[in-house]
Amino acid sequence: MIIGLGHYLAVGALLFTIGIFGIFLNRKNVIIIMMSIELILLAVNINLVAFSAFLGDLVGQVYALVVLTVAAAEAAIGLAILVVYFRNRGSIAVEDINLMKG
Amino acid sequence: MYQAIVFLPLLGAILAGLISLAGAHARHPSGPPANGAEDHAGPAVAEDDPRAAPSTAEPLAASAPHSGSEPHGTHPPALGATFAQLITTGLLFIAMILSWIAFVAVGFGGHEERVSLATWFASGDLQVAWALRIDTLTAVMLVVVTTISALVHLYSIGYMEDDPHQPRFFAYLSLFTFAMLMLVTADNLVQLFFGWEGVGLMSYLLIGFWYLKPEANAAAIKAFIVNRVGDFGFSLGIFAAFVMTGAVAFDTVFAQAPSLTGKTIHFLSWNLDALTVICLLLFMGAMGKSAQFLLHTWLPDAMEGPTPVSALIHAATMVTAGVFMVARLSPLFELAPTAQAFVTAVGATTALFAATVGLVQNDIKRIVAYSTCSQLGYMFVAMGVGAYSVGMFHLFTHAFFKALLFLGSGSVIIAMHHEQDIRMMGGLRHRIPFTYWMMVIGTLALTGFPFTAGYYSKDAIIEAAYVGMNPMAVYGWLCTIVAAALTAFYSWRLIFKTFHGTPHDQGHYEAAHESPWVMLVPLAALAAGCLLAGYPFKDLFAGSGVEHFFRGSLKFASGNHVLEDMEQIPYLIGLLPTVMMAVGWAVAWQFYIRRPALPRELARQHEALYRFLLNKWYFDELYDAILVRPTIWLGRLLWKGGDGWLIDGFGPDGVSAWVLDVTRNVIRLQTGYLYHYAFAMLIGLAALITWFMFSGGLH
Repeated sequence: MIIGLGHYLAVGALLFTIGIFGIFLNRKNVIIIMMSIELILLAVNINLVAFSAFLGDLVGQVYALVVLTVAAAEAAIGLAILVVYFRNRGSIAVEDINLMKG
Repeated sequence: MYQAIVFLPLLGAILAGLISLAGAHARHPSGPPANGAEDHAGPAVAEDDPRAAPSTAEPLAASAPHSGSEPHGTHPPALGATFAQLITTGLLFIAMILSWIAFVAVGFGGHEERVSLATWFASGDLQVAWALRIDTLTAVMLVVVTTISALVHLYSIGYMEDDPHQPRFFAYLSLFTFAMLMLVTADNLVQLFFGWEGVGLMSYLLIGFWYLKPEANAAAIKAFIVNRVGDFGFSLGIFAAFVMTGAVAFDTVFAQAPSLTGKTIHFLSWNLDALTVICLLLFMGAMGKSAQFLLHTWLPDAMEGPTPVSALIHAATMVTAGVFMVARLSPLFELAPTAQAFVTAVGATTALFAATVGLVQNDIKRIVAYSTCSQLGYMFVAMGVGAYSVGMFHLFTHAFFKALLFLGSGSVIIAMHHEQDIRMMGGLRHRIPFTYWMMVIGTLALTGFPFTAGYYSKDAIIEAAYVGMNPMAVYGWLCTIVAAALTAFYSWRLIFKTFHGTPHDQGHYEAAHESPWVMLVPLAALAAGCLLAGYPFKDLFAGSGVEHFFRGSLKFASGNHVLEDMEQIPYLIGLLPTVMMAVGWAVAWQFYIRRPALPRELARQHEALYRFLLNKWYFDELYDAILVRPTIWLGRLLWKGGDGWLIDGFGPDGVSAWVLDVTRNVIRLQTGYLYHYAFAMLIGLAALITWFMFSGGLH
């Protein structure tokens, strides 16, 4: 079986969907939301690398590296916010985070 | 000279007003105090404050004597009070002297004059000027107004001696006199209306002079509102006259009046006779100002004001404005027989009605007030039957004896320390003999004792009613003849209960003292008027001299020969008023001197009638039921229902409530949960993509 572009894209789509559902089906923990975001970014990366390889264009892979960097920074900031948030509110359960409620 | 007569009182009012302002300012240098500041917005008159000094801050009401008496504060007199008294009184006396000179010059010398002062306004066809019209009619009124006013000013110096607001009082008095003088010298209907409203305003301010007394305020408002009803008709009459003649100046209107006969005013679906409508509307104003039947309710209540005010406004001058107006507009009334009949009917009814009420009143001032009301009815009877000069004659004599009676009552009230109930008096003739004799003279004149002033004028009215041509003349004659007896009864009742018999309140009796000379001199002067104003003027007002004396100022239609007919009246009919007067006196004497128990007995036997009269025919209650309460009810309905429910409910309040309601629902969308927002984003994204896929994008 030849693994073609379609398979890569399917994996990417699958990861993306899992990430999306992970965001709004999850009622427990904000960390899981962050992990879901990572999943979405990874799905995008897979798409970028797959297209780069199949089209022979390195820009895609370079861009994947940029995305990884951004994802790392985002994870660092996000975790830092979480730590502070936990210190202040004593909980990082998604259910409890509704300060913006109207 | 005529400008001086009219404007000297204004000058006095302005000066006294400035003194009053300065005094108020001196007492409260930091401006009006936070509480208790009433707004007395009169032209050139200061707002005044009830308290003398902030350190002794105590409302006048607290120190005022109790019900039925007149409050006098314990405060020091206002700054410059003496100066205000002297300046206003002095100027009024100058005006009085000039008026008498003018009276002689105009009445006997025939020097009629028009003094043009300025243009008031000119708008298209409507040209209104400030002008003084001096003819005999005006000259008579000038004499009456300035003489009574000057004497009242003098009297007030004594009467208001311990009042802390004298400059304001004198400013009001002078300003009132000015308004009345503008009224009587008016050369057009609009200026007449100016004076008319001026006296209305000043009567409000003067009745409510003791503004800390709730009754005084209520009486002031009542007088103002009842007068507005009349003034509404009066202004409509002016409008109608302007529409029909295109002018408001008297000369033009009178010149056009004959051409109006037979013309009609189309109103809604009716065609009304123009002159009748104009006259009736104008007479409605006179009914209000002269306190005629149906619009009389304000006059007795107006007795809440200081007594000199009652004498000035409610006896001698303001209430005569209506009579004067009808006389001034005699060229119109002569052409409207229906209106004349109405005038007679109203006058006659008032004469009888007020006299019956006067029979049983117990407040000394109210008796005199109802007497005024009744006498004004007499004047209107004379006006109605076309004997204008006779009505003016009674106005002239009545001014003297009614002012005398009021000022005499004031002297009694002062002597009794502000007791006004005649049941509490008695035997006072030993304590205050001078006042007693003056009051007797006034009463003699009022009841028409032979050879006093009232004898000539009142008999002339009754005779005029007897020979009058119009359909209501007989009614007028009957009412006035009966009222003559009633007048004698209630007047003597007042004298007997006040001055004769035994004192009912020993403490007050012992303390009673004669008033100071400054109050007695006006009494003496008025008493002299009561005795002398009759015979010398009889021929001029009610005899063959009318034509020569009044000339053009009064108009008698060619068919009007009341004055000639009066000469040929049967002897017995001519004697009848005097007989009625004697009967009234005899009954009063029987009731209150010979058998003092009789009146009480009679009142018990005819309880219903007594109550009916004591409560003034229940007019106040009737008006309360049919006018005041429905008005309040309607006001509440419009307030609660119209404004509160409808406008607020669907207007501002409704919209804001609706916005809040919508927001309350919208707010629930904003849960604050991250996954809800994320889900919304996803849905949005999905929808957007779907749209792009199926519609092929934006192109």
